[in-house]
Parts: sequence; C-alpha cells; structure tokens
Amino acid sequence: MQAVITLWKREMIRFYRQPSRVAGALGTPFIFWLLIGSGIGKSFRMTDTAQSMDYLIYFFPGTILMILLFTAIFSTISLIEDRKEGFLQSVLVAPIKRSAFVLGKILGGASLAFLQAVLFLVIAPFIGIPVSFFSIAGTVAALFVTAFGLTALGFIIAWRLHSIQGFHAIMNLFLMPLWFLSGALFPPEGAPSWIRMIMQWNPLTYQMAWLREALYAGNSGIGSLPSLTTSIGITCVSALLLFLIASWAAGRRHAEDAG
Amino acid sequence: MNPIVDIQNVSHRYKTREALKGVNLSIGRGEIFGLLGPNGSGKTTLFRILSTFFDPTEGSVKVEDLDLRTDAPKLRKKIGVVFQAPSLDARLTVRENITFQGSLYGLAGKELHTRVQSMMARLGIADRAAELVQRLSGGLKRRVELAKGLLHNPALLILDEPSTGLDPGARIDLWKYLKELREKEKITILVTTHLMEEAEHCDRLAILNEGKVVVIGSPHNLKKEIGGDILHIQTQDAAELARQIEHKMKIKAIHVNGMLQIEHTDGHKLIASLIENFPGKIDAVTFRKPTLEDVFVHKTGHRFWTEDVL
Repeated sequence: MQAVITLWKREMIRFYRQPSRVAGALGTPFIFWLLIGSGIGKSFRMTDTAQSMDYLIYFFPGTILMILLFTAIFSTISLIEDRKEGFLQSVLVAPIKRSAFVLGKILGGASLAFLQAVLFLVIAPFIGIPVSFFSIAGTVAALFVTAFGLTALGFIIAWRLHSIQGFHAIMNLFLMPLWFLSGALFPPEGAPSWIRMIMQWNPLTYQMAWLREALYAGNSGIGSLPSLTTSIGITCVSALLLFLIASWAAGRRHAEDAG
Repeated sequence: MNPIVDIQNVSHRYKTREALKGVNLSIGRGEIFGLLGPNGSGKTTLFRILSTFFDPTEGSVKVEDLDLRTDAPKLRKKIGVVFQAPSLDARLTVRENITFQGSLYGLAGKELHTRVQSMMARLGIADRAAELVQRLSGGLKRRVELAKGLLHNPALLILDEPSTGLDPGARIDLWKYLKELREKEKITILVTTHLMEEAEHCDRLAILNEGKVVVIGSPHNLKKEIGGDILHIQTQDAAELARQIEHKMKIKAIHVNGMLQIEHTDGHKLIASLIENFPGKIDAVTFRKPTLEDVFVHKTGHRFWTEDVL
C-alpha cells in the first residue's frame, strides 16, 4: 500500500511541475468544444426529440470524455521512456508487487484525468446545464471510474510499445475513432446502421452514456442511450478487467534484447 | 564462507540470439568484482539477470543463498542496483528521489527521514537536497543514484558501467567512494564495465566474450600470465614477417590490426635481435608492459574493440 501511495504521489508532483501538460490536456479540448460546438450550434437536430438542442450543450459531456482520454493517455506515455531510462527501472527491481506498481501508476494517471475533468465541469452551470447535488455526485463517480479504465487501457498499450511514435499512431488510429463513435460527437439514432453497430460494441459508448445521464440527472433528452444500469455495469466491469490485464502484463518479467 | 553471489551454468537466449552460454561465477563477501567485456559480450544481460529484471533461460543464480527463481522478493532487499541509464526522476528533487526509493523498500516515517538525511550527508549532496535533479551535474546525479542504491543497506551493490558520462574527476571520486564502502561497510560490489582503467580497480575480474567467461582472476595475476612484455611491430607485410619470425626465432607473433604483436619475457633484448635479424623490414617497434586489453587479446585471439564498434 505504501508503494501505491508513493507512486501515486510521484505522478502528482511530476504533473504540477509541468504546467504545459495542464494547458495541453485542458486547452485543446476547450478549444475543440468552443469551436465545434459554436460552429454547429443550433443547426444540430436529433431525429426523435421534439426540440433541437444547442450543440454546445450536447458536446459538453463529450468534451469531458475527451479530457479524460487525453490525460489518461498522456500520463501513461511516460512509461515507455521511464522504463528505459528513468525512475521506473528502480521500481521494477524494488521488492514490491507488480500489481502495486500498476495500481499506483493507474491511480495517479486517473486522478490527474479526474481533476482536470472536474475543472472543466465548473463551467457547466454557466452554459445552462442545471446542477444539483445528485447530478454532481453521479458525474464525479462516472468520471473517476471512466478515468481509471482509460488510464488502465493506456497502461496496457504503453507497456507493449517501445517508442512514443508508436503510441501516437495508436492514439490516432484506434483511440480517437473510439471517441468519435462513443456518442461524444453525435448520438447513435441518426447514424447509419453500421456506425450504430460499432457504437454498440464500443465500451466508450457506455462510459459516455453514464456520464451524460449523470450530468443531466437522467434528462439528457436523448432517447437512444443504453440504460443507466447497463452503462454503469459495463464501465465498472471494463475498468476492472483492464486493470487486471495491465497487472498481468506488467507481472510478466520480460526479456527484451539487451546488448 | 559461502560466496555471496553464486552463478551456476547460466545461459540466456533472446528470441534470435544467445547472449550467455553456460556462465559460472562465484563472488566472495566484500569483494569488488568486475565483469569486463566489449559490447555484446553478455555482461549487460548478466547484469539484468542479477538485478532481477528477468530470469535466465537456464541455470541458477543465488545471492546470499536466495534463489532468483523462487525468492526474488527477498533477494531484491539484499541488492542495491545502480543503472547505467539514469534512474532518477529529473522533475523531482534530490530528497524526493531518495525518499521515494526508500518507500519502495518499505522504509517509512522517522527512520526513512533519518536514513535519507544521513545518506545525503555521506555522499555530499545534503546541500542540494531541495534542488531538482535535472539541474545537477553528471557526477552529482551519479551520487544520487548511489544514495538510492545504498539506502536500504544492501549486502551487494551492483553497478552497470558506473563511469559512463562522468568526467575524470568524478570517476576518481566514485571509485574512492566505492573502495571506502567496501572497507567500512563490508559491502560486496559488482560492476560491469568495458573500460580497462575501471577494471583495474577491481579485486577480481571475469572477462566475458561472446557470452562466455574467458578467464577469472585479479588484474595483477591476469597481466602476469602474459609472459612479460608486449612488442608491437609495424611492417609492410605482416603475414610474411610473422612467418619468418616464427621460422627463424621460434617466437609466435600474432596479427592484430595490421601490426604484429609479440609477448616476450625480455622484450628489450628482443627488439635488438629483431632489428638485426630483419633489416629493412621493420618500420617501427613499440615496447610496453601488458594491459588488461592484452589479456583479452591473448585469451580470445581478437581485439577488444572490433572494427564495427569503433
């Protein structure tokens, strides 16, 4: 447990000593949200809802999911270099369980993602999203579990890779499309059936649905979302599974070719 | 007394390459032991196995009678590891780096604080405690690495190419400190190195080549094994001259990088007779005492640095 706290603390200190990371993880999604949200604006209409919804409002939880994804991923990228030349070398030969190391790293990354998402959440009441105790409590829970799952996913990817370039390729080819098709940008109802099918199998869809339902306290105004229980269930189970896979992967003492 | 490190028949294969082939080594308590070898000789692989990064494909490794395969967690508490690539977090301060390391070894509270403090004092970095590691010089960084490796009082300290990136002054400091550690704390020290002058500091050396231990001994004895002096002869046709020397004087001359090398007990006398016997064929002769590099050449028949490395 001491090891978990130590590794978590390391992530926190590293982060606040790099202000550029805060800017990157919060600034980019904010600009996306403002530009895409305002650009599409009121021309965004959903087929089965009577009233049209301002796209800035629809896109708001989607942007939060993007913040979680970006921060979670960026905090695990460091694994690649850290393992070759960095503090992680010492961690890997220290008398601690590998699962403790994995938990410390993922909790660290997840906390950072969570905190930044909460920072962004502060603007919700100012753009007309009603907030209540329940909507905040529910959103906070959804944010944390989602952040944990995404950081675990980042861990698994980073652990297998040897270069940061490889990570960027995976980010663009795999993670960004998952986010596009999670309901962050558009709801499933108007999409062609093959897109709807991918969305149905995309775990991020359920994270997105939980977050959206929690934020609007059940009044998201979108009929086609999976049920709240399904969303919470899939998000929690996938987070746990991803953590177990990450621990398993890190537990194998691997022998890369050395000189 | 049992050796502190006991390596029996260790072989290691990566996917495509056999890095270690049946290595046997035992290291006594309180020794400074060196693994000397060129790049690709297997010393880094052996270092990684000893530092518990992975198990060897075959053979057994024991440290203080703890088996690497079955007792890795206990074994890890017995060893301190100093890596070649920095294992410091550049964005943390000196104190944070050392403290975090201590926490990973189960130290906490007041004890951790006291140990960090005294370790920093011992290594002369206490006045830099609050500084970010990224602002330190190479020599100071290496001291922080040492502090990290020694914080939990290991019985064995293993260092991978410890002089890499250090200026000559810092190298001298490092070795002074390592010798002091051995004297005062009775810590056993294992270093890997490709530098002859670093190997000279060791009590005993194992010379590695292509995954095998070529020879083990003290630097002094290894050099003594080479019969006396070394002559290098520069000539137009090395192969032909070697043949003639062997024919006429019954002395073996080996061909090293376009020059002839002769090991001989009375080198200075041999120079005179060589020049008398082969007038006009010798462009230059150099005379010197044997070095560890000569030991390597003598045992393997090729130079320490092959062309592609240089």
